[in-house]
Amino acid sequence: MKILTYPDERLKQVSQPVAQFDERLRTFVARLEETMRASPGGVGIAAPQVGCFQRIVIVDVSSRPKSANNGRLVLINPEILSWEGMATSREGCLSVPDYTGNVMRAERITVQACDELGSPREFLCNGFEARAVQHEIDHLDGLLFLDRLVSRRTDLFRRKRYGNRKSA
Amino acid sequence: MNRWYMLTVVGKDRPGIVAKVTTALFDGGCNLGEASMMRLGGSFTIMLMVELPEPAGVLQRLLEPVASSLGLQVHVDAIDGQLHHHREPDARISVYGADRAGIVARVTALLAEAGLHILELESHVAGSRESPLYIMHIEGYAGQGIDALRRVLERVKGEGIEVSLEPVETMIG
Ligand SMILES: [Zn+2]
Repeated sequence: MKILTYPDERLKQVSQPVAQFDERLRTFVARLEETMRASPGGVGIAAPQVGCFQRIVIVDVSSRPKSANNGRLVLINPEILSWEGMATSREGCLSVPDYTGNVMRAERITVQACDELGSPREFLCNGFEARAVQHEIDHLDGLLFLDRLVSRRTDLFRRKRYGNRKSA
Repeated sequence: MNRWYMLTVVGKDRPGIVAKVTTALFDGGCNLGEASMMRLGGSFTIMLMVELPEPAGVLQRLLEPVASSLGLQVHVDAIDGQLHHHREPDARISVYGADRAGIVARVTALLAEAGLHILELESHVAGSRESPLYIMHIEGYAGQGIDALRRVLERVKGEGIEVSLEPVETMIG
């Protein structure tokens, strides 16, 4: 499927919850996943990025060495239940070519969502995976990482402080 | 085909310089590319990519009124204007310590030896006049891998400089 790129205004729109967990949904999820895997470096995708305004997200960071993860995550109607810690790190987006920037995200989150069959699930996500999940859920609310950029200078000092806290 | 220039403007900092310079450029038919503006030691500095289908002298003249009214030094160089080819950093290095001569040369020479291609460098002199503190922040591309950088940085330990290195892991989604 074709990925919408900003300044396409549709990326700023809020997506609607999925109501029907049927074969059509599962076919769509499979195609969405194919699109994500065909995108160089892409570890997550949200349905609105291909012009479908439903609350569906896929994340799979298992290709990343050294980052704990839940494998292939299909999150439908996801809700973040808790956040912990904040850290700045670099993000890019399939919908914003040729730009990456620093963004603040929670380091650890608990997320609740339905799977493709409609069964409720809960996941604990850390670090790289937690960032990916937050980035994709933002897409469902019409937010891009460009809405959350922080400057490098802020980054430098904030990170120092967190570093100290960890070692204390 | 249009021409790209790197425009450098330096002067005493005061509010409104960016607006006045960019308005003069816009009114003169210029298109702007990427820019970096910093206040360094009380001076205003900006480097700005400007596209204009005219010789460099035209751009220089275009800025004369605003430059003379604000006391700005203007410098123009023709460049090969590459847009849409950002290179991603994969390493971030922070350095700080008591300010002393040679600190930047020492650290950047080691990093260059280990294959670092610096994409961004920013440094500040903080602390007080009696005991100045030097802080430097570098992002770059590790041509020989992160471990090569880690190894050379080991050598400055014990020289009174704190150096930290961490990989930049860009999440794309
Ligand atoms: Zn994205």
